[in-house]
Amino acid sequence: MSKSINIIKSTAVPISIENIDTDQIIPARFLKATTREGFGKNLFRDWRYERGNDQHPIADFPLNDPTYSGKILVAGKNFGCGSSREHAAWALKDYGFDVVVSSFFADIFKNNALNNFLLPVLITDDFLQQLFDAIYENPKTEIEVNLEEQFIKVVATGASQSFDINHYKKTCLLNGYDDIDYLLNMKSEIEDYEKGRIVYG
Amino acid sequence: MGNTLFDKVWDRHVVKTIPGGPSVFYIDKHFIHEVTSPQAFKGLRDRGLRVFRPAQVVATADHNVPTIHQELPIKEELSRRQVEQLTKNCAEFGIELYGLGHPFQGIVHVIGPELGITQPGMTIVCGDSHTSTHGAFGTIAFGIGTSEVEMVLATQCLMQSKPKLMRINVEGKLNKGVFSKDIILHIISLISASGATGYAVEYAGSAIRDLSMEARMTICNMSIEMGARCGMIAPDETTFAYIKGKKFAPAGEAWNKAVADWKTLCTDDDAVFDKELHINAADIEPMITYGTNPGMGVKITGHIPQLTEIDEREKPSFEKSLHYMGLNPGEVMKGKKVDYVFIGSCTNSRIEDLRKVAAFVKGKKKAPHVEVWVVPGSKQVEKQAIEEGINKVFEEAGFFLRQPGCSACLGMNEDKIPAGKYCISTSNRNFEGRQGPGARTMLASPLTAAAAAITGEVTDVRELI
Ligand code: SF4
Repeated sequence: MSKSINIIKSTAVPISIENIDTDQIIPARFLKATTREGFGKNLFRDWRYERGNDQHPIADFPLNDPTYSGKILVAGKNFGCGSSREHAAWALKDYGFDVVVSSFFADIFKNNALNNFLLPVLITDDFLQQLFDAIYENPKTEIEVNLEEQFIKVVATGASQSFDINHYKKTCLLNGYDDIDYLLNMKSEIEDYEKGRIVYG
Repeated sequence: MGNTLFDKVWDRHVVKTIPGGPSVFYIDKHFIHEVTSPQAFKGLRDRGLRVFRPAQVVATADHNVPTIHQELPIKEELSRRQVEQLTKNCAEFGIELYGLGHPFQGIVHVIGPELGITQPGMTIVCGDSHTSTHGAFGTIAFGIGTSEVEMVLATQCLMQSKPKLMRINVEGKLNKGVFSKDIILHIISLISASGATGYAVEYAGSAIRDLSMEARMTICNMSIEMGARCGMIAPDETTFAYIKGKKFAPAGEAWNKAVADWKTLCTDDDAVFDKELHINAADIEPMITYGTNPGMGVKITGHIPQLTEIDEREKPSFEKSLHYMGLNPGEVMKGKKVDYVFIGSCTNSRIEDLRKVAAFVKGKKKAPHVEVWVVPGSKQVEKQAIEEGINKVFEEAGFFLRQPGCSACLGMNEDKIPAGKYCISTSNRNFEGRQGPGARTMLASPLTAAAAAITGEVTDVRELI
């Protein structure tokens, strides 16, 4: 897993469907693995292939359409809802995405993405529509996502929007730190807290 | 300004707040299962860490287990390996495991409450989004990803930002044939599958207070289906009566102290929420979903929206969804043929659900073309169902009582609904392929599901009771 992210400049893959849940991103039957690797090949499995036949890709699904490629996924509102499976973030990252752009993210997915250095970029519905329009009109449209400066921009037109990210998470992503590193350094404070904890039995 | 229930429980668990960032948030209980934990244990091993507080972790095998012949080795190799891995991890790291065959085994969100592990005022997490279920006890409980499972195993803490707060008040008396599942499906259909994203939701009002603990759990369970971080209900006498005497509940003097404290866990009169909704219980009817997210629900007597009723931007998703379901805009749901009925999952597989269904089907027979699976939420629910003769009622009705597990809720084991078939399900998700590739799910209450089992079609249960 590539740690630390800052500027990503790439073409993008558009999936303009709303409420894409994590069961679509990676169906349950692929969750039997006990490692984090190799989920990319089953990313959007049931939207990518004819039912029960992985020899038959569905041609007009964006991941199968050679017109679209890149490290940025642009997706409809409420991306990543449903199951908490982190396998969804692993699958997106393993497939080659570093950024997911949407006008709404489900909470758990957002955390899972951040914990895997997959950057969720939240933009307005209108700007999302602009991005879809730009990509459909010209699939070679380059998009720049700049974490340090917190903006996303269509390179050719300069149309851009800023996005929010909390300061702590931003520092983690820029420097490749994990929450777990931070928490491990807090052990003695956690033990102090435990002394005053309310426990009944 | 007073505090909300959420504030009170939150404040007790903040170890430290990072300026301009999240809080270090302490977790009292951590449930784990076979699917979302193996990579977390691997992470611990890679970092050379032990589990920080193994006594606060409880494990069970539920997602991936067969629901027949649980006494035999699991046939499917990958599933078997995953379950074996859990056993191995629990043994190595000193974690209590209620594995297959154990009298406490079951769906993680069913066993926590029934064993008295879930208690008011706690923080509970699990690598599973329906952890929100435990909020029915006045607990902050939410689902986490596997990296977070690893964090909690290593430090018993998470980095959390405080969510916004929403209160949903349901006032009045429920109509005949309307159950807590209908309340929550009604709410989600009103505010959509993303309507509570970013919020912790408290359910309040007389209709909520009148509910049993099982019924409250059904509501909190589905909080995640509208995007909420968690759902909560203030603990009261109903809560205390449910917990009292349970295996891991406090007893003796500790019980009195606990109850005195738990009684303080309620929202102060002058507390303010970021958002508040008011719902009249009398407006709620039995519900059914027609689409591929839980917000796509209608009254059982209602119809699927017309295209003209759908926002322009939402049209492609709406049409995709109906295409998958083999349904058309404007169609009436009542009378649609049903192929499968699934009564189970952490939403509706508790003993109360089974009792209600049994009372309704007693003396009736399922429609010949329908396959009916009842999957108890836990070994204890199964045992009780047998003791009460509920198994006999099901047998006579032609319902198949299976063994405990998640089963067709997510179709990870062999319990899948075949492609193209319609299933009325008491579970919580109707996503594409959720119950098996191509399966078409309609979510409903246990009674609406049971009514469909008898008639073989989508039925208004009020006509049969
Ligand atoms: S029953 Fe379904 S929703 Fe509940 S924990 Fe199992 S898979 Fe998840």
